[in-house]
Amino acid sequence: MNREEIIQAIKDIITTIAPDEDLSSLTEGERLRDQIELDSMDFLDIVMELRKRYGVQVPEDDYKELATLEGCANYLLPLMANATANA
Amino acid sequence: MTSKHTTQDARPAHSGSTGGHSTPSSDRLASIKDHYDLIVIGSGLAGMTAANVMGRNGRSVLLLESHSNYGGLATWFKRRGGHIFDVSLHGFPVGMKKTCRKYWSQEIADDIVPLDGVRFVNPQFNLETSFTRDDFTRILVEELGQELEQVESFYTHLRRMDFYDDSGQTVGELFEQFFPGRNDVHRLLMEPISYANGSTLDDPAITYGIVFSNFMSKGVYTFRGGTDQLIARMRRELVSNGVDLRNHVTVDRIRLEPGAEVWAAKGVEVGERFIAADAVLSNANLKSTILDMLDPAALKPEFLEEVRAVRLNNSSCQVYFGLRDGATLPFVGDLIFTSTRETFDSPSLCDMHGESRTFSFYYPKTRPGSERYTVVASTNARYEDWAELDQVSYEREKQRMIDETLACLEGLVPGISADIEHAEAATPRTFKFYTRHLGGSSFGTKFEGLRPSMELHEEVPGLYHAGSVGIIMSGWLGAANYGVIQASKIDSYLHARALSATPTT
Repeated sequence: MNREEIIQAIKDIITTIAPDEDLSSLTEGERLRDQIELDSMDFLDIVMELRKRYGVQVPEDDYKELATLEGCANYLLPLMANATANA
Repeated sequence: MTSKHTTQDARPAHSGSTGGHSTPSSDRLASIKDHYDLIVIGSGLAGMTAANVMGRNGRSVLLLESHSNYGGLATWFKRRGGHIFDVSLHGFPVGMKKTCRKYWSQEIADDIVPLDGVRFVNPQFNLETSFTRDDFTRILVEELGQELEQVESFYTHLRRMDFYDDSGQTVGELFEQFFPGRNDVHRLLMEPISYANGSTLDDPAITYGIVFSNFMSKGVYTFRGGTDQLIARMRRELVSNGVDLRNHVTVDRIRLEPGAEVWAAKGVEVGERFIAADAVLSNANLKSTILDMLDPAALKPEFLEEVRAVRLNNSSCQVYFGLRDGATLPFVGDLIFTSTRETFDSPSLCDMHGESRTFSFYYPKTRPGSERYTVVASTNARYEDWAELDQVSYEREKQRMIDETLACLEGLVPGISADIEHAEAATPRTFKFYTRHLGGSSFGTKFEGLRPSMELHEEVPGLYHAGSVGIIMSGWLGAANYGVIQASKIDSYLHARALSATPTT
C-alpha cells in the first residue's frame, strides 16, 4: 500500500467505528481527536482492526504515533508496504 | 409487614433449591471442542464482551459460566406472580450506548434510553437532576451557593488528573480542597458514585476524577426491555459469532505449562475434564483467580504478596418489592438517592442499620408490553456484618431491613404497602453465594487491584483477567470496556503466537 491507500484504509476503519462522523474534511496534520469525537476505546478499535484486516501489530507504546492521519501514514508505511489495499 | 409478604431468598439452606448452581455434568461439555483459541471463565459483562469481540475476530472461543444465568451481576430473577427483578440495572453512563453499538449490535444500542428522573432526598437537600454536567453546575451554584468559577475549576482539575501521576490525594481531601467544610456538596458529588462503584472518601482522588468525568456528565441511561432481554440478545449475538457457551459449568483450575522462566496458560480444568486453550481470560474475582485457581509455583512471591494485599470492595444489600398485578404507581422518579442522616460520610453507606439507600423504580416502560411495577432498594454493605449471624438472627435482620426499607418507601409513595405482593431481601451472603466473589464483593477490588489485573499476563503469558476491578473498571460500562481492552491484548498475543509458530522461508 502507498501513503494514500493507508490513509484511506484508516478512514475506512474510522467509518465503521464512528459512522456518524463526517470524514470528508479531515486534515492530515491535525490530531484526529481534535477533529472528530474519538476516545481511547476508539483508538484501541483502530489498532484491533489494523491487526484483523492487515496483520499489522501496533504495540501499546506506539499508539501515540496514530494521533494524526499523517502520523498513521508515516508509522504504518513501512509495516504495510506489502499489504494489499483490499485486504 | 403483613403476612402476605414473603421473605425468602434462594440460598439452598432455606429453599433446598440449587439457587442456579448445579454439579457440572459431563454431558454439558460433551459437544465442545478439545482446543480453543480462548476460554473465558465467567460471563459477567467483561467476559461476555471479550468473548464477543474475539468471536467476531474469527477466534474460537468457549465461554463457561457456573450459574444458570449468563451476565454475572448484570442479572435478574423471577418470582411467582409474574415478578421480574433487576439486580443491577440502576443506570449507567451514555457511553454504554456506543460500547454496545461497537462491540454488540446496533439493535442492542438502540434500546439504551435515558432515565427520566433522578432525585436526591436527604436532610441537606431535596432536588431533581438531569444528571448532566450543566445541571450539576446549576445545583452547585444556585441551590448550594458555590461560586461558578470554583465549580468550573473543580471540573478542569478532574479532567486534568493523570492516571500515571497519582498525587496520593484522597477523594475527601480533593473535596476539602475545592469545597471546604461543605458536607452537603460532598454528599451530592459522592453519593451516586459510592453506590455505583463502592468507592469512599478514603479512596484515591484519581478514581473519582475518572469516574466523575464519565458518569456525572450526560445523564443516566438504562436498557429498555430489562436485564433478561439484554442478556438474551447478547447470548444470541455470541452464538451467531461462533462462541460456544456453557452454563452450569464451574472451572476448578487454570492449567499452566511449566517453563524455565515463566509458566504459560494452557487451558482449564472442570472436574476431571481438561480443555486446552492458547489463552485464558478470567472474569472471576481477581483474588480467587490468582490465589485459588493457579499453581502458586508459577508466580513470583512478590506478585503473590501484592495480590494478597489487594483489598476487596464492599458488598451490597437489596430489598425487592413486587406490586400485585393491576396495581400502578405514580411516576416519582427512576432513581432516588435517599438518606435520613443529617450529614454524609462513607462508612454509614455500608451500615447494616443504615439510613441511606437508593431506590430504583421500574415502571411498565422498563419492559414494554408488561404492565408490572417493581421497586428495588440498594445499599452498600459489609460482608463481615452479615457473615457470622446464626440463621435466626439472619432472618430477623433481613426482615428488619425489609420493614425499614418499606417504611422509607412509604415516605416517597404513600400507600404503596397495600399493593406490595412480594418482598424479599438479599444480603452480602446472597451476593457471595451467587457470584462466588470473595466477601460477596459487588464492585471488585480497591484501586490497587488494577495493576495485578492488567499485568497478570506478564506473570503468566496467555492468562488475562477482566472484570470489576480497581474502582475505575467497574459498573456495566467499565466492565464491558475492560473486556474489550483485554480482548485486544489477547488478540495481539494470539497473533504473535501464530506468527512465531509459522516457519518462515
